[in-house]
Parts: sequence; structure tokens; C-alpha cells
Amino acid sequence: MASQEWSERTVRIAGINLPVIVGGRGKPLLVLHDELGYPGWFNWQRALAKERTLFIPMAPGFGKAPRIEWVDNVRDLACVYARMLREEGLENIDVIGFSFGGWVAAEMIANYPAQFRRSVLVAPGGIKASKGDLMDLFLVPAQSYLRATVLDPSATAEFSNLYGEPNTPEQYELLEDARAEFSRVAWEPYFHNPSLPHLLEGVANQSVLLIWGRQDRVVPRSVIDTYYRAIAGSKLVMFENCGHRPEIEKTDEFVSEVRNFLGA
Amino acid sequence: MHMMWFTERAYHYDPEVEPEKYRLLENQVIRERSFYGTPNRFFDAEHGAKLINQYLDEKVYTDEELLNFDGVMLNEHHGTPFCLGAVMDVEAAVLAGKTKRIKIVLLGNPVATVGNPLRLAEELAMIDLISGGRLVPGWVRGAGSEQFANNTNPALNRELFEEGVDFIIKAWTTPGPFRHEGKRLHFRHVNPWVLPLQKPHPPFWIPGLISPDTAYWCAKRRYPYVALATKLEPTLELWHFYAEAAAREGYQAGPENFGYLQPVMIGDNQERAEELGKRLLFGGAFAHFARPEWMFPPGYNSKAATRRLAQLETGPNTSGKPMFTTTGEETEEQIEAVKNRIYSGYPKVLKDMQMIAGTPDNVIPKLCKILEVLRPGIFSFWLDGPVSAKDRKRCLELINRDVIPAMREYGKNLGLVSPFERKPGSRALGPDGVYAAVSNPEALAEEY
Repeated sequence: MASQEWSERTVRIAGINLPVIVGGRGKPLLVLHDELGYPGWFNWQRALAKERTLFIPMAPGFGKAPRIEWVDNVRDLACVYARMLREEGLENIDVIGFSFGGWVAAEMIANYPAQFRRSVLVAPGGIKASKGDLMDLFLVPAQSYLRATVLDPSATAEFSNLYGEPNTPEQYELLEDARAEFSRVAWEPYFHNPSLPHLLEGVANQSVLLIWGRQDRVVPRSVIDTYYRAIAGSKLVMFENCGHRPEIEKTDEFVSEVRNFLGA
Repeated sequence: MHMMWFTERAYHYDPEVEPEKYRLLENQVIRERSFYGTPNRFFDAEHGAKLINQYLDEKVYTDEELLNFDGVMLNEHHGTPFCLGAVMDVEAAVLAGKTKRIKIVLLGNPVATVGNPLRLAEELAMIDLISGGRLVPGWVRGAGSEQFANNTNPALNRELFEEGVDFIIKAWTTPGPFRHEGKRLHFRHVNPWVLPLQKPHPPFWIPGLISPDTAYWCAKRRYPYVALATKLEPTLELWHFYAEAAAREGYQAGPENFGYLQPVMIGDNQERAEELGKRLLFGGAFAHFARPEWMFPPGYNSKAATRRLAQLETGPNTSGKPMFTTTGEETEEQIEAVKNRIYSGYPKVLKDMQMIAGTPDNVIPKLCKILEVLRPGIFSFWLDGPVSAKDRKRCLELINRDVIPAMREYGKNLGLVSPFERKPGSRALGPDGVYAAVSNPEALAEEY
């Protein structure tokens, strides 16, 4: 039962009580969710939780996490998380960040390259696409964006279980809250920070794994290429026949790559 | 009462003169499910120039010949054939110089999306000076789609709006130079040389589509609230909400606090006027102002409003749903079928008085009924739909000649005073602190 695998606790940070999902056993792994909020506990988490303690904060302002009024951009948020890790005694841990969460992790790395032991950035936003455009979440309904995040919604079981039916009012509200908070911090420049690739050039280590699906409609290839070039020594894995959510579209391959990279 | 008229200054064609262009534009709007975002290749600058001058000339004519009107009302929208007034202050400046008498009522300036409230303060001060103190500015957050058109972060809109309005007032009333370090606005040297003629500043009226947040803000600040052609029942509820908030502020609200905008089409012939009134539904009218995702951009609504919307959007067949969905690949027959559905709703539009159309004798009782129910001190007629300049002119003439005198007489008996006759917020509450009713909902049920 999923409810036995994780629990929710709150962490006091920057004047708010931040909900954090905690599950699994072993060394801690920070998980940063995407721009539509935390969707729940999936098979990839179930698999990694066997050897890792997943530590999944809700981004402030998303879902029931209270907003931090002075957080105005993604770098502010990265600094809040860095402070949380210090205060929780979780420094030098591993991180995995998805899309927006990958951007947040990249900002944390740029601020302080020794922040994480190892980092997995899954289809991260945060860098301007030199070719193509980062898909604009705000111009389309949440449902259209959701559908665009996977290559084939009907063939992605975990996706259709969650979003196959029309939204419930609760889902609608969660998605709108996520979009609202993402808008506050990422409306302009959209989904990127012009200084990020320059700051990442100074990172130069071999502790970053980039994962990207070749049919990703949200984050173009050029963004991943810029990450790959900026962070000397980073590793890049591309999945075939895969969209923006390799963790649910190619769960087995995804888990295997992450396991290999993070090590025991 | 203050009597004025309004038009969106739509970009359209007269179906009796250019039926093919009329049809192409309407079909495109329907394909888009939205006026906002209709590609601007449909804009013909020569036709636009003709229309925009026609709309200005109508207002100058009002000033010179239609002496029963007290004012004209303008608004602003971007990126849409719905409204040619993309920069309303430019039109207001033209009118300030060309007219002598009428109030120029701007409902309203989209403070957040304009982006630079100091520039706005200067524009408006110049309009007030040129017009000799005839400006009535209003403030709006701007429709959802305006956030996209102006690239204004919708999640910051309310903050930018509130600080922006306060800053404009400060720029007009605080001796400069001064420095402003706010939350969202930062100006190191504020000293606008050009200040409004009206002191301490022009009166503000606030238009709205019955958002309680805005009504509460207005009541606190004693700004009149002008409901934009909203249905009567929810408008009554909002009046009540405003009056309650006013009472908490320690004053009795009255007609001077309320305004109402009413679509009309008035002509010499009942049947013809009703037929012209039907054109208000062109392209789906408000139902197609912009797609839902553009009307409600992320963070634009309060949490409470999002929760209400969540119930609407996820329920079956609710008003939050678009009239239909399109792929952009519809056949002409399919588009025609949608149009038939839109126009077949006209009898209900007439019944609900969302359009009042007819000869003066026919429309006067209906308009007086609205006065009786809502008791507004500000009333604006709304002329729209693809109707020829000649028919529009005749409509204005009949309003001026027959309708306004009758409504004024009726309003006088009801004690409907405008904000110019009684300062909003100047009436004391009763001795026990209880406030009197501001409307007459019972009258809605009575025959007229």
C-alpha cells in the first residue's frame, strides 16, 4: 500500500510550515517536483525508496504549501531550499529535479557547486532555448499542457490513471495554484534565468546527470545541449520514444540510470 | 443623474454594405473561439482609420448637438477586433481638445498592464488640463487576456494595481520631488510638472464585472462602482455587499455610489431596432471575448475565486464552459451552425434585458425599470454590434431627444443623484448605525 511507503511531515523554514513527503530508507535523496506541483507517489519512487530516503518538499505556494511572500524568482527559491538543507542537516546529499525542479536544483548548484554530492536533472528548464522555445504553460489550459508532457498519454499508465478522467475540483485547484506560483517566479523571462548558463560554466565537475526524452515537447534539445556544454563533465542520457516525463514513460530505464549514477 | 454613452469601438463591417468581409471576420472569431487572438492579418488599416474617426466624430457630435448627454465613456482592450481603443488615453486626448462640454469618463485605465503609473499620471493630468477639468478616470486590473497582450505577470496584477493606483494619487497630491520605494514600484525622483486641473485630483469611478474584491476596495475608498451590463440579480447582491462594506466604513451608500451600463439599440421602427440589436451577438459577443485560459490566467484570481471556478470548470454543462470546442479545421457549414446557435439565443437576451432594443416608447419603461431596481446615479447606454454609422447616429439622437428626458424625470422622482450632485461617502448612517437599502429588488418582480 502506498500509504505505508511515505508520510508527510512539515519543516519550519523562512517563517512557514513547509509540507514534505518523506518515504523509503537509506541515504537521503532530495526530490524537487515540476511546475505543475507534486503529482503523487509513483513506481519510480517506489523503486528508489528501497535504498533511498526520498525527501520531497512541496514548493512554497504550491498546493497546501504556504507562499513565502518575498520569494519572487527561482533563485530566491533555490536559496530557501539551501537554507532548509543546512537547517535540516542534509548538506552534501543527492538531488533529483524534474523540469522546474531541475531548474531549481541547477540554481542551487550554480550558487554553491558543493551543495550536492550528485545531481540528476530531468528535462530541466531554466536556460533559454537557443533553438525552438520552451513550451509556454500559460497560453494553454492546464490539461493541454499536461497532455503535452508525455509522448503518448494513453500508453502511459501512470499518467492516464492520474489525468485520464476530467479534473476533479480538487485537481483543478491544485493545478491552478501551481500555475499561479510558477507564474509569480517564472513569467518573465519565461522559464529561464539568463545568468544561469554562465554561472554553471564555473561548476565543472562530473556529478551531474542530465536526462531527456527525445520527443520532449516542453524542453527543447537546445536547452539540454546548453546544460551539457556549460557543466563540463556532466553526463547526458537520452531516452527514445519518450516525452517530458521519463520517470513515468520509461520507468525501468529511468530507475536503472538513476541508480547507476547515484550508486549505493 | 449622470447620463453618458459607451461603445467598444469594434472593428467590424456593415453586413449590408460589405457582407463578405463581415462574414469572414465573424467566422474567424468563431474558429478562434475568441476575439482576442484573432490574427491581425484581418486588420485593414484604411478601414480601421475610417472606423476610429467615425467613433471619435460620434462623441464630438454628442458634445455639440446631443445636449442631454453629460458624458462619454471609453475603455481599453488590446489585441482584439472587439475594441479599437488600444490606447484609450490617445482617444481621450483627442476628445479633450475637440469637445467643450461633456465629461470624458475612462473606465478604466489598466494600471498594472500599462506598467508605468508615473507615465499614466502624466497622461491623465494632460487630458484633464486640455479638457478644462472634464476627466473622470477609472482604474481596472484589465481582462485576463490583457495580461498576455501586455506581458504583465498575472500573479502580480493585484499588487501592481493597488500600489499603482496609490502611487498615481501620491504623484498628484504629494509635493515633489519625492522618492518612492514600494514593493513593486520604485521611482527615485517623482516630480511630475503637469498636474491635473481638478483638485486634489479628478474623481474616480471604478467599472467591474461584479467581483466582490473590487467592490470591497471601492466601498472602502468611497469610489462609485459601475457594473458593466451584468445581470440584474447578481448586481443587486453586489450592491448589497458594497452597502454593507460602506456601513462598516461608517457611511451610507446611495445612488451616488453606483453606476450601470446597459446595451441598447433604439430606432424609429421596433422591428428594425430589434434586428439591429441582435448584431450585438456578433461572433458570440462576450462568450467569445477570449478563451477561458486567457480570461483566467494563472494567479490572476484570488484563491477564493479559483475555488469557485474549480467547481464551475469541472462540472458538466456549466457557464464556465465555452459554447463549443474548435480545432480550427471546421467546415463553413459547422461554423454556420455555431452562428445559428449564437443568434438563436437572442430572445432570451432580450427577455433578460441584456439588450434593450426598440422605439423610444418601447424601451423607456424597461430602462426606467432598471433605474427603479438598481437605483444608480450613473447610467451609461452601450451601443455596439456591426451597425452602420447612420443607424448609430439615429440611435443616439433618439436617446438624447426622448429617452434621457424621460429617464431623468423618473430618476428625479426616485432621488437618483450622481456623484457630482452628492459626494460619494458623504452620507451618514442612521443613528443606530444601520444602513438603508440601496436598491429595490422587489421591483424586479413587478410588471412594467
